[in-house]
Amino acid sequence: MTIDLTIIWAFIIVLAVFIYVVLDGFDLGIGILFRSFAVGQDRDTAMNSIAPVWDGNETWLVLGGGGLLAAFPLAYGLILSALYAPIIAMLLALVFRGVAFEFRWRDPAHQGFWDLAFSGGSLLAAVSQGVVLGALLQGVAVEGRAYAGGWWDWLTPFSLLTGVSVAIAYALLGSTWLVMKTEGRLQHQARTLAWWLGGATLAAIVAVSVATPFLSAAYFDKWLRWPAVLAVAPVPVLVVLASVAFARRLRAGHERTPFLLTLAIFFLCFVGLGISVFPYVVPGSVTIWAAATDRSSQIFMLWGVGLVLPFILLYTAWAYWVFRGKVGAHGYHA
Amino acid sequence: MMFDLLDPLLLARIQFAFTVSFHFLFPAITIGLASYLAVLEGLWLKTGREDYMNLFRYWIKIFALVFAMGVVSGIVMSYQFGTNWAVFSDKAGPIIGPLMAYEVLTAFFLEAGFLGVMLFGMNRVGKRLHFTATLMVALGTFVSAFWILSVNSWMQTPTGYAMNANGQFISAGSWLAIIFNPSFPYRLVHTLSAAYLTTAFLVGGVGAWHLLKDRTNPRARLMFSMAMWMAAIVAPLQIVLGDLHGLNTLEHQPVKVMAMEGHYQSHPEGAPLVLFGIPNSAEGRVDYAVEIPRLSSLILKHDLNAPLAGLDTVPAADHPPVGVVFWSFRVMVGLGFLMAGLGLLSLWARVKGRLYEWKGLHRFALAMGPSGLVAVLAGWITTEVGRQPWTIHGLMRTAESASPLAAPAVAASLVAFVVVYFAVFGAGVLYILKLMAKAPQVQEPEPPHIPMRTAGTTPAVALRPVVLATK
Repeated sequence: MTIDLTIIWAFIIVLAVFIYVVLDGFDLGIGILFRSFAVGQDRDTAMNSIAPVWDGNETWLVLGGGGLLAAFPLAYGLILSALYAPIIAMLLALVFRGVAFEFRWRDPAHQGFWDLAFSGGSLLAAVSQGVVLGALLQGVAVEGRAYAGGWWDWLTPFSLLTGVSVAIAYALLGSTWLVMKTEGRLQHQARTLAWWLGGATLAAIVAVSVATPFLSAAYFDKWLRWPAVLAVAPVPVLVVLASVAFARRLRAGHERTPFLLTLAIFFLCFVGLGISVFPYVVPGSVTIWAAATDRSSQIFMLWGVGLVLPFILLYTAWAYWVFRGKVGAHGYHA
Repeated sequence: MMFDLLDPLLLARIQFAFTVSFHFLFPAITIGLASYLAVLEGLWLKTGREDYMNLFRYWIKIFALVFAMGVVSGIVMSYQFGTNWAVFSDKAGPIIGPLMAYEVLTAFFLEAGFLGVMLFGMNRVGKRLHFTATLMVALGTFVSAFWILSVNSWMQTPTGYAMNANGQFISAGSWLAIIFNPSFPYRLVHTLSAAYLTTAFLVGGVGAWHLLKDRTNPRARLMFSMAMWMAAIVAPLQIVLGDLHGLNTLEHQPVKVMAMEGHYQSHPEGAPLVLFGIPNSAEGRVDYAVEIPRLSSLILKHDLNAPLAGLDTVPAADHPPVGVVFWSFRVMVGLGFLMAGLGLLSLWARVKGRLYEWKGLHRFALAMGPSGLVAVLAGWITTEVGRQPWTIHGLMRTAESASPLAAPAVAASLVAFVVVYFAVFGAGVLYILKLMAKAPQVQEPEPPHIPMRTAGTTPAVALRPVVLATK
C-alpha cells in the first residue's frame, strides 16, 4: 500500500496556515486596535503582550509560503501571480508593522509615526489576507498551467467582504487576547471592544457563509443540497453554540475562555473553508494532486518536516507557557 | 499610459533584483557578525577580559537591528518567486522548493530556539549555555546560507535532475547530486568568506572612527586590531578563493567569464586582460580598452599562449548584458585588492607599533567600512546578471520564467517597494549609524530591555526583570 503523500502535504500546509492565522491573527488584531488605546502605558502594555511572540508567529507565514512552493509548486505560482496586488500589499504592510516593533522604542521622537505604521500596517495586512481568501474562493482564471486573468480580477464585492471580515475577526482575536493578558482600564476597554467585535464577527461569518454557496455550483451542492447538508450541518451549529458561549462567558467576566472560544470559532471557520475547497488547492481549477510536486521531493521534505516541526511546535508551546499570565506596562512578570 | 511602454519582464527583473539586493545586505552582515560575537564571547570566557564582553554588548545591539530587517525583507523574498516568477516556480519547484523549505525549517528552528537567549539570556541561563546559544545562532546563519546558496548554485550549474511529463525539473534520484552541484562548494566558500570580510571591515571602520576621536579607548583598539587581523588574513585568502571560483565558472559557465573579461573576440594565441574600457556590445568590442597582453590566458589557463574563446563563438541570443557584468566584476575585484592592501598596511603598522597611532591608516579603514557590502553586491550582480539570459543555466530562459504579468501591476508594485524599502530600511540604517557613532563604554549597557522583538518565540520578556535588576 502506498501512502498518499499529497494528502499528508496538504494537511501540513493547512496546519501551517491555520497556526499562522490564529497566531499572527491576534497580534495583527492588536495592531488594528492599537490606535484606540491611550498613548503611553496602555499602548506599551498592548505592545509588550505580543512582543515576545510576534516574530515567531510571522515565521509561520514563511513556512506556509515556502511549504506551498515546495509541495504544490504549480499552485504557488498560480495563486501568487493571480493575487499579485493583495499579496504585495500584504508584504509591504508586514514590513512596516514588523520594524515598528523595533523602531518605536529606538526613536521616541517619532513614536507617533511608528505607532501609525504599526496599526496601519496591521490593518492593511489583515484586509489583504482576507481579500486573498475571498479571491481564491471565488476562483481564478487558469489556462494550461498559467494564470489567465487580469490584474484586477481579485477585486470583487465578495473579496472586499472577506477582506473586511478577516480584519474584524483578527481584531476580535486581539481584543480577547488583551482581556486575557491585561488588567485595569485596558482590560475593560478590551472587553467592551470584544463584545462589539464578537457581534461583528458573527455577522461577517453569516454574510460570508450566505454568499459562498452562490459563488459556484460545487459550493452550493456541498452546503445546501439534501442530504449533503446533514454531513456539514454540525459546523454552523457548533459556530452558533460557540458564539452563545462566547457572549455569556465574556459578560460573566471570564478572562481566558473568550479567547479560547474565539480560537474555536476560527477553527470551525477553517473546517468550513476546508469543506468548501477540498480537494482543490486553487478552487475550481487545480486539485491538490494536479498541483503536487514530485514524489521524491515529497519524501525528501517529509524527513525535514518530521524531524524539525515537532521541535518547533514544542518550543512554541513552551514559549507561550513561559509567557502565561498578565503583562504589565514593563512586560511580563517572571 | 506610460507604464504600458515598459516591458513587464524587465520590470519584474528589476523588482526582484531590488528586493533581493536589499535583503542580501542584511544576512551578509549577520552571518559574519554572529561569528564575530561568538569569537568575542569565547575569548571573554577564556581570558576573562571584560572588554571582550563590552564589545559583545556593543555589537549585539547592532546585530539585533540588522537581524530584524533581515527577517522582514526575507518574508518578501519567500513570496517574490511566486508573484513574479510563477512559471519558474512551477517548473523548478520540485527541485528548489525542498531546498528552500529546509532553509526555512532549519533557520526557523535555530532562530526561534536560540536568538532570544543570545540577546537577553546571559543572566538567566548562565555563561556556558549562553555561549552555546551564540554558537547556535552563528551555526543557524551558516545553515541558512548553505541552503540558499545551494539553490542558487543549482540554478547556475544544474545537475542531478530529470524532466517529468509536465515539463518540471525533478530529482533524478540522488538529492546529494542536486545539493552539491558543481559550483556550490566554490560559491559557498567564496560567499561566506565575503560575509566575514563584510563584517570585518564594518567593525574595522567603526573601530577606526572611534580611534580617530580617542586613540586611547581600549575597546576601540581591540575591535580595530581584531578587524585588521581579519583583513590581513582573509582578504588575501579571498582573492585566492575568488580565483578558484572563477576557474570553476570558466569550466561550467564560460560565457559568463567572457562577459566578465570583456572578451567579445576569440583569442587563439593568448587573450589579453582588459583592465578598463567601455564594453560596446553593438560593435562587439571594448572601446578605449587598457589591456595587458596574454595575462587573461595566464590567469584563466595558467599558460600565456592558451587560446580563449570569445562571445563571437556564442549566439547573440545567449549573451548576458556584458556592460553590467564587466563593471560589477571590476568593482568587486578592485575592492578586493583594496581590502587586501589595507590588511597588509595594517600588518606593517602593527610591526612598526603604530597600529593605533597612524591616522592615515584609520582614515583608510573608515573609508573602507562599507566596502564589504559594496563588494558583496557587486559580486552578486556579476554572478546573477552573468547567468542571463537564463534562470536555470542552459535549460530555462528568464523570458520563459516570468508570471503572466501586466506591466502597470509590476511597475506600481516596484515603485511601492522602492519607496517603502528606502523609508523603512533608511530609518533602520540611521538607527544603526547612531549606535555605531557611540563609543564602546567601559560598562557597555545591555541591549535595551523594552523591545523584545526578533527574539522569535523566546523567553526574552521573562528575562527582563533579571536585566532590570542588574541596572
